[in-house]
Amino acid sequence: MLELKNIYKTFNPGTINEKVALNGLSLNLKDGDFVTVIGGNGAGKSTMLNAVAGTWLVDEGQILIDGIDVTKLSEHKRAVYLGRVFQDPMTGTAATMEIQENLALAKRRGKPRLLRSGITRQEREEYKELLKVLGLGLESRLTTKVGLLSGGQRQALTLLMATLQKPKLLLLDEHTAALDPKTAAKVLEITEMIVKRDHLTTLMITHNMRDAIAHGNRLIMMMDGRIILDIEGEEKKKLTVRNLLDQFEKASGEQFSSDSALLG
Amino acid sequence: MNFMNLINALPGAAAQGLIWGIMAIGVYLTFRILDVADLTVDGTMCTGGAVCIMMMLSGHNVWVSMLAATGAGMLAGLATGIFHTFMGIPAILSGILTQLSLYSINLKIMGKANQAINVDKYDLLVSLRYIKNVPFLQNTILITAIMIVILIAVLYWFFGTELGCALRATGCNPNMSRAQGINTARNTVLGLMLSNGLVALSSAMLAQYQGFADVNMGRGAIVIGLAAVIIGEAIFGRIFRNFALRLLGVALGSILYYLVLQTVIWLGVDTDLLKLLSALVVAAFLAAPYWKGKYFTKPVKRGGNTNA
Repeated sequence: MLELKNIYKTFNPGTINEKVALNGLSLNLKDGDFVTVIGGNGAGKSTMLNAVAGTWLVDEGQILIDGIDVTKLSEHKRAVYLGRVFQDPMTGTAATMEIQENLALAKRRGKPRLLRSGITRQEREEYKELLKVLGLGLESRLTTKVGLLSGGQRQALTLLMATLQKPKLLLLDEHTAALDPKTAAKVLEITEMIVKRDHLTTLMITHNMRDAIAHGNRLIMMMDGRIILDIEGEEKKKLTVRNLLDQFEKASGEQFSSDSALLG
Repeated sequence: MNFMNLINALPGAAAQGLIWGIMAIGVYLTFRILDVADLTVDGTMCTGGAVCIMMMLSGHNVWVSMLAATGAGMLAGLATGIFHTFMGIPAILSGILTQLSLYSINLKIMGKANQAINVDKYDLLVSLRYIKNVPFLQNTILITAIMIVILIAVLYWFFGTELGCALRATGCNPNMSRAQGINTARNTVLGLMLSNGLVALSSAMLAQYQGFADVNMGRGAIVIGLAAVIIGEAIFGRIFRNFALRLLGVALGSILYYLVLQTVIWLGVDTDLLKLLSALVVAAFLAAPYWKGKYFTKPVKRGGNTNA
């Protein structure tokens, strides 16, 4: 479903701040894979997601989504294939617009936006049903401005928006990191539910190793802009935090000096 | 100071305020919806009048001339949009570049710095002569008010369409918009074109109203536009929630601005100082939300949850 072939990306080349963010990264996701991504700060996790999303173009390599070469496509054109949820709850929604208007924007992803009505009566009913599933009481607040919602509510809404048009790939960039533990667990639960229901191919970055182990059918660990560990299937089910750390040390050839960088 | 002088001057001030109200609605589109401070308008506020007057002088119908003026304004917006999106120049600087270019262009359109049009020889839509002692349906205030209502209705409809919603989202959150497949660059250009089209339309009406187009008639237009937007929001913001009403608030803000201006002139303030006063008033109003946030917010007690 997603193929990354030998991706390179360097930020600020030729300056004192030069940073090789992706260093020959390759990855192949099968249809329906739910992959959790872990790694320390600066390992290239978010950079990988941004490369797929097209926030900027990569220096080298090729990106295929469901066999379609999107390497040179601009961000808004790629959006047709992607659903995205960001770390910052402010990023994924338009604060000054109503809940229903945000959903209507997402509903039209990948379709020409013309002079037809921005939201129809029929849609409103549909959104009510979809919001009910979240269990956050948003279904009775369709005309509330999104800016008035809490971080957790906004992330849940963004998740719904990302999956309203079934994406070929769902990109979750630490989407629970800015939430309190209880809300984070709720949002993760909703994530799991939607991914299962719609059978979505998913890449989820997390700082929390337990979450990375508990969710998904495959786990990858990144370091220095490439993948150093890739565990899936039965092997992943047996993983524990301790044994993940051991594997990391073996794979990277170095002692993990500060567990907290990984454990968050 | 004769109070009757003021009373007599008020209808003219209201008419001017209404005409500038169309311009202020244009500024509202960029400043509030697109979240861009577009300085192109200082140039466009002359271009519209110049095009309209020149076309009428060469025998075109008033409506055709005003339509052409609007088109010219949209082209100016397109230029700023291209500077900003395609060439990556910051929005404010893009506007200044277009504004400066327009100074030359406006001179070329008119052939000289000032072009007058005689209200007796040409069939003008609005004029300062059509304020009093004219048939009701020819009254400038009425005609301009009707135009504003129609424009607000069209804009209200437009911003409810798919395209209009995408434009609002672009101004509110460009990252989210791109993630939802919205072409933010194109929408920014479109917004600038719409806004400058309205400004040029306002300019075309202003030139007719005062009976001439002048290369300096747009100087400081952005400040007047912002003043109207801010006054409208300050006074009507709490009661006018609906988008159409908010646009109406902006137009009313523009009228208030001109009524206050007329009163200040009547009070005998040196007219040379008016632009300085306008700028200071706008500066104070723009500072208000910042000061409010900095000095007048009460510390909020956080609930049990801590952010992870």
